[in-house]
Amino acid sequence: MKIIRNKLFIPIAFLAFLLLINMFINPAFLRISLGRDSMGNRVLIGNLINILSNATELVILAIGMTFVTASSKGQDISVGATMAIVGGVIMRVLCGSQTQPAELQAPIIVALLLGCLAGMACGAFNGILVSKFNIQPMVATLILFTAGRSIGSMAMGGLKPKAVASFGYSGNFIPGFPIPTPILITIAVVAVTFLALKKTNLGLYTQAVGINDKSSSLNGLNPELIKFLTFVILGLCVGIAGFVQSSRVQTVNPYTIVPGIEMDVILAVALGGNSLGGGKFNMTGSIIGAYTIQTLTSMLTTLNVNTNAVPVFKAVIIIVLVAIQAPIVKSIFSKKVTVSKLTTGDGKECT
Amino acid sequence: MKGIYKSFPGVRALQNVDFTLCEGEIHALMGENGAGKSTLIKVLTGVYTKDAGEIRIKEINKPVQIKSPQDAQKFGISTVYQEITLCPNLTVAENLFIGRTNDLFVDWKKNNSRAESILGGLGITAKPTQQLSNCSIAVQQMVAIARAIDMDCKVLILDEPTSSLDEQEVTKLFTLMRELKGRGVGIVFVTHFLDQVYALCDKITVLRNGELVGEYQIKDLPRVELVAKMMGKELGDLAEIHNEGQSSADDPKEVIIETEELSSTSGIKPFNFTVHKGEVTGFAGLLGSGRSECVRAIFGADKVTKGKLRIKGEDVSITSPIKAMKKGIGYLPEDRKRDGIIGDLSVRENIILALQVMRGFFRPFTKAEAQAFADEYISLLGIKTASADSPINTLSGGNQQKVILARWLLTHPDYLILDEPTRGIDIGTKVEIQKLVLKLASEGMSITFISSEIEEMMRTCSRLIVMRDLHVVGELKGDDMTQDKIMYTIAGGSNSK
Repeated sequence: MKIIRNKLFIPIAFLAFLLLINMFINPAFLRISLGRDSMGNRVLIGNLINILSNATELVILAIGMTFVTASSKGQDISVGATMAIVGGVIMRVLCGSQTQPAELQAPIIVALLLGCLAGMACGAFNGILVSKFNIQPMVATLILFTAGRSIGSMAMGGLKPKAVASFGYSGNFIPGFPIPTPILITIAVVAVTFLALKKTNLGLYTQAVGINDKSSSLNGLNPELIKFLTFVILGLCVGIAGFVQSSRVQTVNPYTIVPGIEMDVILAVALGGNSLGGGKFNMTGSIIGAYTIQTLTSMLTTLNVNTNAVPVFKAVIIIVLVAIQAPIVKSIFSKKVTVSKLTTGDGKECT
Repeated sequence: MKGIYKSFPGVRALQNVDFTLCEGEIHALMGENGAGKSTLIKVLTGVYTKDAGEIRIKEINKPVQIKSPQDAQKFGISTVYQEITLCPNLTVAENLFIGRTNDLFVDWKKNNSRAESILGGLGITAKPTQQLSNCSIAVQQMVAIARAIDMDCKVLILDEPTSSLDEQEVTKLFTLMRELKGRGVGIVFVTHFLDQVYALCDKITVLRNGELVGEYQIKDLPRVELVAKMMGKELGDLAEIHNEGQSSADDPKEVIIETEELSSTSGIKPFNFTVHKGEVTGFAGLLGSGRSECVRAIFGADKVTKGKLRIKGEDVSITSPIKAMKKGIGYLPEDRKRDGIIGDLSVRENIILALQVMRGFFRPFTKAEAQAFADEYISLLGIKTASADSPINTLSGGNQQKVILARWLLTHPDYLILDEPTRGIDIGTKVEIQKLVLKLASEGMSITFISSEIEEMMRTCSRLIVMRDLHVVGELKGDDMTQDKIMYTIAGGSNSK
């Protein structure tokens, strides 16, 4: 009973269910083998590896979005467009004003840092609108959502540059190392996140502000600052995700990069059992949610679902998932729990 | 209407409780926090479904099933809660009629004039076209009542209607309630104010720990006995506290806080105020007289515009609560729900919050440390909670208040401001809090105690600052602190300013 009442039960059960279906369709689904990539290096290949690797952007963004949701009671819908800006900045730094430079114009680390800085600047812009000017997050981030992709294109000077292959290590493989680099980056980001949640009061403060900002401010917190910070944190996440994304193919098309990812990210947060109305959050849930969505996407691709029809299938599955987590369904469920609790005699007031 | 009966075997919330309400009577439902008053009301109004028992309504021969608030309304049972549940951004008339018709087209002209006659008939001074949020809380409440009456309700439940009203408004509400009583409406009145019960009610039903203590005619149950029945024990505590309170009215000791012509954006007029070590001071005055605004300025909750604040003789500028906290000031706010609790967070997190914020972002307490703090204060203050992990909003009002009190005691302040710490909580907890205040003061903590109940202030405070219309109009101490004198000063009879 305790397991079923756990908040993570439904997200985990659903992910497991999806994996089972995949195994049913393709018995070799879980198999991981050593193969060779296009460069001839020995690398791990398999469906599972692909999902873990491809989910990187989603996971990183879901982490940032969870903080924003908790503190500001709203969502940032500009993450996809901001990734275009980040991608644009990175390509400009790496390629200068050439379309296909023979070598990188700046060290990759500089590109990463400047990309993150660009992401954080966009986050700060959103954060100021939300915290200082008290604009609803969705409305505030609509601005960059609309303009971001064009800004990204402008950052690249209207060119479509392609960087040399060594930039691709971060989005694919480091030569000689068999695990895809995005997976390593995911692990690092997740580790830093949980460390921050343990070693700082980020979790307590964001939740307190999201639940009751008046009370929080009377307890010495600065709700405006905390909301602002969560947007900057999300901006940093966008920076890292944008870096990974542009490294995958070493080029960026600002108008088509990660289409509709903002909705996938918000869904990931919701699938993880988090209230989109803010307040208490569950980081593990969001991360599981991100992997669930990635699994769903790749499952539909392997099933040869027409690309144009994928969103419809996604939508149907998501409706089911959201419906079973809805309060009305939960209350039917918890009633059963209440009754059984009473009969065991340890019943207290159940509301 | 006769004979509501329901029982709840097995569950502690309500066990075998009977309740009978007759036509045209005002019936007080009394009990300490967690006694089951709210649960009983919620069963009656269909918010909770009962486990067992039956509800009977006049003219219906078989027991009725009330499954939802809509059902309850159909049976003529309406509730007005402490928190207004109307739509603040609609007009008074819209609030009266909204949701009661399925017609697509509404003749607002007709409705407005109808609203005017309803309001006039009940003696409510509000214009139908006025936006509800522009009305005072009292008027909003009366509009809610008018709505219920107009929907032909026979049973009106008022849950703590007076706790956010000042005396004048309470009088108006009582006039309205008597008017309704005359019309044959049965009124269930839930309150913590004993005076109001005796001023208004015909019968009292007392609950304790989810069980029925008894139903009494008002004339058969003197005040002291009522209190004793609610607490389940004899009461000598109040007198005892009074004596202790007098003894602490000593000569000035070390000055902790001193304000000089302090004023803030809230509009209070510049005030001078001094707090000595180990002294309990109080701000008296009507609701809105500026009591809270004074202490909020000291705590940095409102922006200070002019004047000086000295802490232990040192000039300080407090621009935010965190600065005040670091200088050793704690502030328990007036509105527990809005400014005090962090609803979904656990009791433990609510207790450690202030100290944690003072300690800093990068130095979180470990779970074991936090748990130790929580356990210490849960047992020290006798907080009734399933565990330190329970969300605070599952606790009863009095226990929530104790959690907030624990939060500030944990920071070990030199100066603790308690703004209405006893509002909306039961007598037992009130007494506990008053005792605690005096104990803390005797240990050297300076405390400012604000309350709407003058008796309570007289018991705990050794000095009273009296406020009227955002001005400090007087200061009373020692033998001057009599109820008459305080009233006189509040009402503006004395020419002290």
